[in-house]
Amino acid sequence: MENLVYAIVLLPLLGFLINGLFGKNLPKIVVGSLATAMVFASFCIAVSIFMGFNSESQPVIVKAFEWFRVNGVQINFGFQIDQLSLMMIMIITGIGSLIHLYSIGYMSHDKGFYKFFTYLNLFIFSMLLLVMGSNYLILFIGWEGVGLCSYLLIGFWYTNEEYGKAARKAFIMNRIGDLALLIGIFMIAGQTNAVDYLTVAENAGKFELDGSVIIFITASLFIGATGKSAQVPLYTWLPDAMAGPTPVSALIHAATMVTAGIYLVVRSNFLFTLAPTVQGGILFIGFLTAALAGFYALRQNDIKKVLAYSTVSQLGFMFIALGLGAYTTAMFHVMTHAFFKALLFLGAGSVIHAMSNEQDMRFMGGLKKYIPITHATFLIGTLAISGFPLLSGMISKDEILVAAFAKNPIYWVFLFILAAITATYMFRLYYLTFHGEFRGTEEQKHHLHESPSNMTLPLIVLAILSVLGGLINLPHFIGHGHYAKLMEWLKPVLTEESFKQMEATLSGVPFGTEMILLGATVLMFFCVWFIVKNTYVNKKKQALPEAQYTGWEKLSAKKLYVDELYNALIVKTVEGLGRGGKMFDKGILDRFVDFVGEGAEDSGKAMKRIQNGNVETYILIMSLAVGIILIVNFILQ
Amino acid sequence: MDQFLFFLVAFIAVASAVYFVFARNPLYAILSLIVTMFSIAGMYILLNAQFLAIIQIIVYAGAIMVLFLYILMMLNLNKQDESKKNNTLKFIGVFTAGLLLIGVLGVFRGVQQNQVVVENVDKGVGLTKNLGRLLFNEYVLPFELASILILAGIVGAVLIGKKDL
Amino acid sequence: MGEVNTFIQSIPLNYFIILSSVLFCLGVLGVLLRKNAIVILGCVELMLNSTNLLLAAFSAYKGNGDGQLLVFFIMVVAAAEVAVGLAIIAMLYRNTRSVDVSIFNKLRG
Repeated sequence: MENLVYAIVLLPLLGFLINGLFGKNLPKIVVGSLATAMVFASFCIAVSIFMGFNSESQPVIVKAFEWFRVNGVQINFGFQIDQLSLMMIMIITGIGSLIHLYSIGYMSHDKGFYKFFTYLNLFIFSMLLLVMGSNYLILFIGWEGVGLCSYLLIGFWYTNEEYGKAARKAFIMNRIGDLALLIGIFMIAGQTNAVDYLTVAENAGKFELDGSVIIFITASLFIGATGKSAQVPLYTWLPDAMAGPTPVSALIHAATMVTAGIYLVVRSNFLFTLAPTVQGGILFIGFLTAALAGFYALRQNDIKKVLAYSTVSQLGFMFIALGLGAYTTAMFHVMTHAFFKALLFLGAGSVIHAMSNEQDMRFMGGLKKYIPITHATFLIGTLAISGFPLLSGMISKDEILVAAFAKNPIYWVFLFILAAITATYMFRLYYLTFHGEFRGTEEQKHHLHESPSNMTLPLIVLAILSVLGGLINLPHFIGHGHYAKLMEWLKPVLTEESFKQMEATLSGVPFGTEMILLGATVLMFFCVWFIVKNTYVNKKKQALPEAQYTGWEKLSAKKLYVDELYNALIVKTVEGLGRGGKMFDKGILDRFVDFVGEGAEDSGKAMKRIQNGNVETYILIMSLAVGIILIVNFILQ
Repeated sequence: MDQFLFFLVAFIAVASAVYFVFARNPLYAILSLIVTMFSIAGMYILLNAQFLAIIQIIVYAGAIMVLFLYILMMLNLNKQDESKKNNTLKFIGVFTAGLLLIGVLGVFRGVQQNQVVVENVDKGVGLTKNLGRLLFNEYVLPFELASILILAGIVGAVLIGKKDL
Repeated sequence: MGEVNTFIQSIPLNYFIILSSVLFCLGVLGVLLRKNAIVILGCVELMLNSTNLLLAAFSAYKGNGDGQLLVFFIMVVAAAEVAVGLAIIAMLYRNTRSVDVSIFNKLRG
């Protein structure tokens, strides 16, 4: 068993090393297949371990080596295999291998082909470290690693300066969150004298409920999660990160890296349950993020930007679930979101590929007859995210809605509106892209073609998963023996209290009310679909260039000018500090150093004048010296 | 009588030395230096240092000064004037020499006069016979080394003076 | 000659000291003031002579012959030194057509 665990982590690392060192000289098919095979092998191993696990299984700790001991805190390097980490591993490696396969086709014309797969494998390795670690420090290593890979992959086409700026923006914003996370980890280590999950869980009981210590710790951890999972205020990097190749957006910014924040909170559920204040904060931030991002997505023209804001919004949903104490619901939504968002991104990549790298929806339209497979799978993805009945997205989102209603009906109302907004922008995206007249150039029309099979196959697989993925956690009214499978399965990961809290929330709604809510949601879905279809297909409403929007549309398209605000407030300040520092260095420090140097040189020049080569002066000085010595001697007698 | 002789010879020595230091024409300067040498030889005779007196005349006044004159004549400088010297340097020079004089005299003031017992002094100490006995009995080694020194001087002078080594 | 001379009874030693010091300082003055290399060398000779005189005086007053032998050796050394020094001056003249000390400043820093 231990060897299998090591294999899961080390196979992608091996792929990284081989492709990194030798990839330049290997043929493309070898590079791509090797990378994909490594990730797929990890997936198979994870599935085999999963077969042996059930909801009663205890966590398996695989200790690799003793790392270090500081001040009585013993820190080991090891992996923890339990239900939560297995679920994450399967998501990561499963969707990861599909995206690797897709990338073979998508990046086939790129000069940096081997570099891409090197970075992808490194990313999978870091992400696996993150979810498989047995203590917070290993999580942090993985955290940093995925931040680095995110930077490398966003700025993959490094010759373009804008892309480089986007990569830097992502990295720096992540860093701010990382600092908070690190402080949280330090506090945990200081308070409980341990950093591994099991020990901290045991000792968590001694924190007083809602005390300032636990609030500080959980707030720090949450701020770290904010950076990585793109919540307010650290979310502006994610839309800019669309500068990277589409498979990168699919893998990192839809399915895996951004969910690291949610994983962190679920992993630390024993801490968060003790701090209801922070949970309230998480709820608020989740709502704010979901609302803002949804608002922006309504009037974006770039197909990837819409999906990016959609991701931020859905992450907001997941944090809302966490804020309500519904941990397994959040994980469920992570899983379904991974399915349909990866599908949507890969589908968008397929569209972009067909449109000869055009990303602006104003020049698309009527593509459904040219790229049928992409169209079909994209439609399934859109339906899933918008909440078509019985698709995975609807089930997981409905669970969040129910939990919200249980806490406070007002929350349900907000969430309902947000779900409506989600459906609106997704259908807008779909209709503008695939329906109506083709609005692009003749040349683009010529090149329209369906993507090769290594790109369409992952689309199909993800579409199937998007449809069926919800079935593992059906609400309990559907039928005995089949419901709430996921929640039951993940139970050992949560503490008693967390679980009790969650169960109370989820079953706090009477059956009748729940049916009414469900009915309202489904009705809303169909209404929105009809209205949007009417607007964009029948009335042929067009998407305008950004500058032509007015009123609320302009605010939406310009993203409420938040980017500009950050630029003015923070970026300019830091740059100003940098300039100040440069002036200080040049003006004062440099001058001082030069002054010392010049002083030495000048004193040398002054001393040089003694050596004038004139014999007379030499003799004079000699005799003068003798005379003075004699006189001094004489006086001292 | 002795005092008069002493002061006469001393006066001649100092006068010719002064002229030597301040003369414009180098030839006249060297000539007055010869007079100084002779007067010092006279001093030696007054001190009953007969050997030294003779050596002084033969070696110093006879050989060294002639060598000076020889070089001077060869360089054909006796018609030239020296260029003017920087006034500041002159002043400092005089000052230095004065300083030195005061210093030396000051040092010598500490010499106790009464340590010189005059009565029982061997008066024949300057005679050639006595000096010769001393030289070849006690100071043989320095004597031999002096001869090597002169040899080195000869070789050195010849080497330096050659046109191509 | 063996005659007893009364010289040393009538002239105090101080007079010799003063005379020697004056001659020595005149030599120093000459070295500092003159620019002709040959004259400077002559001033060095003057200084040596003044020391010789003092040494001989001390030796006579003490009745010890060591002082006068030292004078002898000083004379030997002075002779050798003058020979070499004048050879150098001759070479200097041959290269620069002048014996003015102030133009020999090639060791300038």
